[in-house]
Amino acid sequence: MSLADIVASELPPQITPAFPPPAFTAEQAEQLIACPLCDTLHEERDVATGETARCARCHEVLEAPRSLAMTRIIMLALSALVLMVAAMFFPFLELSVAGRVQRSSLLDTILAFSSGMTAPLTIAMASLIVVLPSVRFLSLVYVLAPMAFGHRPARHAEFFFRLADHLRPWAMAEVFIVGVAVALVKVAGLAHLSIGPAFWAFVALVIVTVLKDTFMCRVTVWKTLEQRRQ
Amino acid sequence: MSHPSESAQPVLTARRAGMIACTECGKVHVPGPERCTRCGARLSSRDETSLQRVWAWLGAGLVVYVPANVYPMLKTTLLGKTTNSTIFGGVVDLVHHGSYGIAGIVFFASIMIPVAKFIAIAYLALSVTHRVKLSPGKRQHLYEVVEFVGRWSMIDVFVVAILASLVQLDFAAAINPGIAAISFALSVAFTMLSAQSFDPRLIWDASEEPEQ
Repeated sequence: MSLADIVASELPPQITPAFPPPAFTAEQAEQLIACPLCDTLHEERDVATGETARCARCHEVLEAPRSLAMTRIIMLALSALVLMVAAMFFPFLELSVAGRVQRSSLLDTILAFSSGMTAPLTIAMASLIVVLPSVRFLSLVYVLAPMAFGHRPARHAEFFFRLADHLRPWAMAEVFIVGVAVALVKVAGLAHLSIGPAFWAFVALVIVTVLKDTFMCRVTVWKTLEQRRQ
Repeated sequence: MSHPSESAQPVLTARRAGMIACTECGKVHVPGPERCTRCGARLSSRDETSLQRVWAWLGAGLVVYVPANVYPMLKTTLLGKTTNSTIFGGVVDLVHHGSYGIAGIVFFASIMIPVAKFIAIAYLALSVTHRVKLSPGKRQHLYEVVEFVGRWSMIDVFVVAILASLVQLDFAAAINPGIAAISFALSVAFTMLSAQSFDPRLIWDASEEPEQ
């Protein structure tokens, strides 16, 4: 029985659901893709640039190739790294009360918990706001840069791409920005507050991160990685 | 090609086809290899320990959520007088000051979302073993919302850190973090781990089994 008999061919969109009977050979499996969320099998089709293929059952995005996606992700990840450095060292909020000015940088915020019982939170804060986002950006550059220049993928590229994917929920830069906004209002009644340059660097960082994640399609990157390995 | 109107949605899953799919990159494997040949992720047709880990992390999250609400989140010192405020106390203060919008955000992020998450995760885990009203599609949607929303509960911890670093004016005014900050952060992390342990493929499996 050929694959065409097994897999529904007339159903739109790009990737169509498959129907019984079971068990494919390894060669046939090459032409299948399973939805990572709900396990539904689909026939692998070439998805045109700019189009989005979704799972027929749960509508999870399967593939969404975008033109120049790799170059754009690298550029955005690099700019995010530069912005991160700026956000770290410039003050992001200034508080002035009766002629006294108190500046607070990202480093101060991270060290806020460093005394007493809450000391372990310092490490958590540093990881969530600075370290994990930076590790994600670096891993993405490491994985994608050689491929964007037409080279073979770097050593252990698979590991670093999996790492970047797993760190995604733990990189909380954008949550932090909303936290700054809340803190701003909370203190506003108490003293005069002004926003420092690092705040804008951080806002830009969040926008860049969101843009980068919209260009990123996991399955497409994995398929490219696999092709370039051969 | 004809496909008779079956109950539910007539789709073939990798498991029913006797194959194992990678949850990381979607590659379909003939049973055998332990790790995905494309991306190196660990392969399993279904995560057998998924529910156990979901309940364990959820329990841990609930346990540390209690001290997070009982103990003070912020210690505010104004002219030598120190006041402790809990999460809920902070919301009440904001309402007294008339900043209803911010009170709403904090109430939503630190009280509503964590509680709703506990309920949602427990509901999803129960729906695998028990019959529930919500369709699998809706439950998967719920799962995605839980996954997306989890990290936003961390806002309150960040706010405490920002305030503590900013408001250090010696005698006049100082804000210091309370012990609840640490248990609240742990609670958020544990519920995130709980949601990540859940294997969403289990949602659909229950609906596929023929009625017995």
